[in-house]
Amino acid sequence: MDLLDVSLVNWSRAQFALTAMYHWLFVPLTLGLGVIMSIMETLYLKTGNEAWKKATQFWMTLFGVNFAIGVATGIILEFQFGTNWSNYSWFVGDIFGAPLAIEAIFAFFMEATFISVMFFGWNKVSKKFHLASTWLTVFGATLSALWILVANAWMQYPVGMEFNPDTVRNEMIDFWSILLSPVALNKFLHTVLSGWVMGALFVIGVSAWFLLKKRSVDFALKSMMVGAIFGVVSSLLVAFTGDGSAYNVTQRQPMKLAAMEGLYEGKAGAGLVAFGILNPDKKSYNDNENPYLFKVEIPYMLSLLGYRDVNAFVPGVKNVIDGGYPTPDGKQPLSFVEKQARGKAAIQSLANYQLAVNNKDTAAAALHKAQLKENYPQFGYGYLDRPEQLIPHVPTVFYSFHAMVMLGMYFILLFSLVLFYTYKKKIENANWLLRASLWSIPLGYIAGELGWAVAEVGRQPWAIQDVLPLQAAISSISTDSVKITFFLFLILFTALLIAEIRIMLKQIKKGPEEA
Amino acid sequence: MSLITALKVFKMKAPKFISNLYLFYRDGFTNMTVGKTLWLIIFIKLFIMFVILRIFFFPNILNSNFDSEDGKASHVRKELIDNSK
Repeated sequence: MDLLDVSLVNWSRAQFALTAMYHWLFVPLTLGLGVIMSIMETLYLKTGNEAWKKATQFWMTLFGVNFAIGVATGIILEFQFGTNWSNYSWFVGDIFGAPLAIEAIFAFFMEATFISVMFFGWNKVSKKFHLASTWLTVFGATLSALWILVANAWMQYPVGMEFNPDTVRNEMIDFWSILLSPVALNKFLHTVLSGWVMGALFVIGVSAWFLLKKRSVDFALKSMMVGAIFGVVSSLLVAFTGDGSAYNVTQRQPMKLAAMEGLYEGKAGAGLVAFGILNPDKKSYNDNENPYLFKVEIPYMLSLLGYRDVNAFVPGVKNVIDGGYPTPDGKQPLSFVEKQARGKAAIQSLANYQLAVNNKDTAAAALHKAQLKENYPQFGYGYLDRPEQLIPHVPTVFYSFHAMVMLGMYFILLFSLVLFYTYKKKIENANWLLRASLWSIPLGYIAGELGWAVAEVGRQPWAIQDVLPLQAAISSISTDSVKITFFLFLILFTALLIAEIRIMLKQIKKGPEEA
Repeated sequence: MSLITALKVFKMKAPKFISNLYLFYRDGFTNMTVGKTLWLIIFIKLFIMFVILRIFFFPNILNSNFDSEDGKASHVRKELIDNSK
């Protein structure tokens, strides 16, 4: 492994992270604002009140700006798979390709078809057909997200496949177990709902601006009510599915959970760190430094949330490396050293199998294939030299997770207050709450990015959990070319972001009357 | 309705449908305001992504270096085995 250029891996990771994070600035607003404008158009159809039509058209224009600037930014991620991560691309075979192809063919074209009716069809198609087109556009966007998130979930929890040593690819044997894996379902719900929260934050924030400016008050109050109700519901659902995410992580990615909690030594009846500051002097997983300078802990909560049992043992970083800790099903997890030995055996079996095939020795080929299959679940450990390579960057994961959770709780409070004040018809005079709503728009974006940081940094070093680390997934290309494209993307995406903000602000200032 | 009748109805109505569809899009694109700016941004973005970045900076490594599936598989196999040493 030392022969590999570490900076190539890091620059490729940075490039992927940059692209994904910029892409995620556009997606959540599309998902959330899309549903809100569809609800408003439904209200227009039901009541016949032109004010709802005006409100729908205003938010639809902003949806269009966001959609147009953000569309296809995710395709760059697919470019990177083929160039920077070609071993990975080949290795995952049709499992990753199938969901992405379905996304491109079905969901995207559905969006593209109905979005034109949505924008051009006012007064040209019937009200019901227009409303159906609006909902179908949003449904298409959500379906796009489903396939992408299914592919991502498979990387976190690879199921439904079998490795074929002849083609060196993981081949899909059970589509439904990939689509309906608990990780995929929960990831889809949690991620889409976080987009809904973003949409609600955007709507109450922009509406708050109108109320602060005393402009388009009726429109702003109507939008505020829809945004707040939608926000309360979606933020509570985000919390519920967030619990599901943490449960899945506990079961399937214990190292990620340990990093999320800064937990080095596991224990039964583990508490949840509500707030904490990590000790920067903690340099190694097996030194005697206290991991925290300060922490406020909720007793037993981590065991309860992770295993639905207040007395369950939650493994820390050291336990995951040493193995042998108690689990609810009574199985003894392997240590790093044992997994490493199995991984190396699997890789050796792959080499031996090919040799046997070349020599037309069918008996030996069958033997090596069976050995490969037996050790395949630990295949990726064969690329790791030291147990420390298993540990993600704990401060990034820990602080991202805790900041995300705190922001999530803040959003529930904010939406509840906005709903209460709007219902009591006091929101117009609650300037402090209007300002809080306005300045909370960026917090929604930050929370979404932090969520991805937890999910993706937390699963390092794996490209595919336990099966393929990044070092083995990368292509042998020049680091300089990756650096150049990193900065090209930085320029391109920053220009797009500036364009989005400028056009968005211009449209907002025009107000609903000109939408 | 028989298939032949259905085809006749379609033949009569199809030109009108196509012309309506054309008018729908023509009017939609003509009456765009902010949409014109957005389409310009989309085209510039797609040009940069597919013509400049894709061709000059993001070749598909395996497709560019190997013609056959076997060749790609052998290369990845070698990389996977060699990288573990």
